[in-house]
Amino acid sequence: MIHPIATGVFLALIAFVIVLGFVAGRWKAGDMSHIEEWGLGGRRFGTWVSWFLIGGDTYTAYTFIAIPALMFGAGAIGFFAVPYTVVCYPILFLVFPKLWKVARNHGYITGPEFVRGRYGNRWLALAIGVTGIFATMPYIALQLVGMQTVIGALGIPGHIPLIVAFAVLAAFTYTSGLRAPAMIAIVKDLLIYLTVIVAVIVVPIELGGFGSIFAHIAPSKLLLAKPPAGSTGSYTSYATLALGSAMALFLYPHTTTAILSSSGARVIKRNASLLPAYTFVLGLLALLGFMAAAAGLKSMPQFADGFAHYGTSFAIPALMLYAFPSWFVGIAFAAIAIGALVPAAIMSIASANIFTRDIWKEFGPPTNGSVETLIAKLFSIVMIVGAVVFILAIPNTYAVQLQLLGGMWVIQTFPAIALSVFTRFFNGWALLIGWAVGIVSATYLAALNHLTGAIWAFHILGYTVPSYIAFATVILNIVVAGVLSVPFNAIASDRARDATKAADYAA
Amino acid sequence: MTKILLLVVFVINLAVPFFNRTDPTLFGFPFFYWYQMVAVPVSSLLIYAVFRAEDRAETDE
Repeated sequence: MIHPIATGVFLALIAFVIVLGFVAGRWKAGDMSHIEEWGLGGRRFGTWVSWFLIGGDTYTAYTFIAIPALMFGAGAIGFFAVPYTVVCYPILFLVFPKLWKVARNHGYITGPEFVRGRYGNRWLALAIGVTGIFATMPYIALQLVGMQTVIGALGIPGHIPLIVAFAVLAAFTYTSGLRAPAMIAIVKDLLIYLTVIVAVIVVPIELGGFGSIFAHIAPSKLLLAKPPAGSTGSYTSYATLALGSAMALFLYPHTTTAILSSSGARVIKRNASLLPAYTFVLGLLALLGFMAAAAGLKSMPQFADGFAHYGTSFAIPALMLYAFPSWFVGIAFAAIAIGALVPAAIMSIASANIFTRDIWKEFGPPTNGSVETLIAKLFSIVMIVGAVVFILAIPNTYAVQLQLLGGMWVIQTFPAIALSVFTRFFNGWALLIGWAVGIVSATYLAALNHLTGAIWAFHILGYTVPSYIAFATVILNIVVAGVLSVPFNAIASDRARDATKAADYAA
Repeated sequence: MTKILLLVVFVINLAVPFFNRTDPTLFGFPFFYWYQMVAVPVSSLLIYAVFRAEDRAETDE
């Protein structure tokens, strides 16, 4: 063990949140044999708990490691995370209060359940549900990678600590359901805020101020490259990355779950204006990547092993080891590790809700209430174990590539979920075909990029327009679904199968 | 129709050709960085304004 004090503080904080995870089941106690209690916290979370829960869910350990790493490695393009996590909030404001209302009125706990109610088409709902689960799996795996990086940076060898952490995670997720991450998220966010605020004060002082930090960054990384003639260049890359990621963000099962667990549509709207506080912190955090570059950490011998092993993901752990006293390193690393546990718990719960409501109940043998909850609890363990096996058995680069694909897949549920709270214009089968076209074209273009780049240069009327693949393909998806809906509804309209009423959406 | 303010949020945050520049700098931050950081609380206020306006409209009904 290289860092005994840091490790001691780290383990003490982890132990504390684990106890909290088990105690959480008794908080605002409900009947845990009911899936709305276990998997949705009884739709009881007010503005503040929702703020912590949605924030804890969106700004994850992977974000804290990957965004600064991208700034450290690629420069300005990594800052797209800031406009991304701003423009997601008008979308949250417009779409999700309506989804919350219709979900509450009909007892839906997942996005796909709403789709099934809206279109009376369980195959469309199955496609939407499976997309969500597949997009979530690599996301959980990447949370583990984030945790692995800080455990490795503490100098603790081997996979045992990671396995223990996630075994405990599975146990408290099983017993406490969504209340566990909701409670832990409060601790996590306080630690993250503390770490980031200290870092943006202490590190620039050590490096001679922000001016000096930016002066150390190569001009080619400080700004986006000017587009060449006849191309929109990095400008459209940057904007579509931000907009496409924002459209996808709340369609992920775990974010939908956190939103639906709030106590009202008004809570969601208010949070759409309060949640950008996290984005401000994320922006500061992204700049830590530049600080790591300016400090010249990559050429320091004590970090050579870390960079060789973890690549640019090591930038943030290295910066903290470099700039902070040992006890504060313990706090900072604990913040990142807890930042892995919170979303991992919500992701496994959300996937379990989908598996139970949209796959097992629809296509499996009939079940009653408490059996339903048991199936969900067991599936949440399957998700966590699956993610651990995935990370230990397969190189981490595959998890990164699958996560890239996951974003491009999950955005394809945008017309079926987000647009459908406004209109019943679409036909269910047309949406399913649009979804398929979107999934196939996005996967094809990503494969042509060898799963390493998210951008594809489209040629439109002699102009080159590079775009985030997810954004371009969801436009195609919407066009296909829209065009096919007209003849489909003319021949055999499925509008009569809509189980929801216009009044359900009044928000 | 205060909802138009939500459209403003998209415009100010995605106007890449406008903010992709170094000058003017602020406290050592190039324009690209401080502009986008300032856009965060501004966007937050715009969303809050829409929230309040809708809230008031609902209580009036």
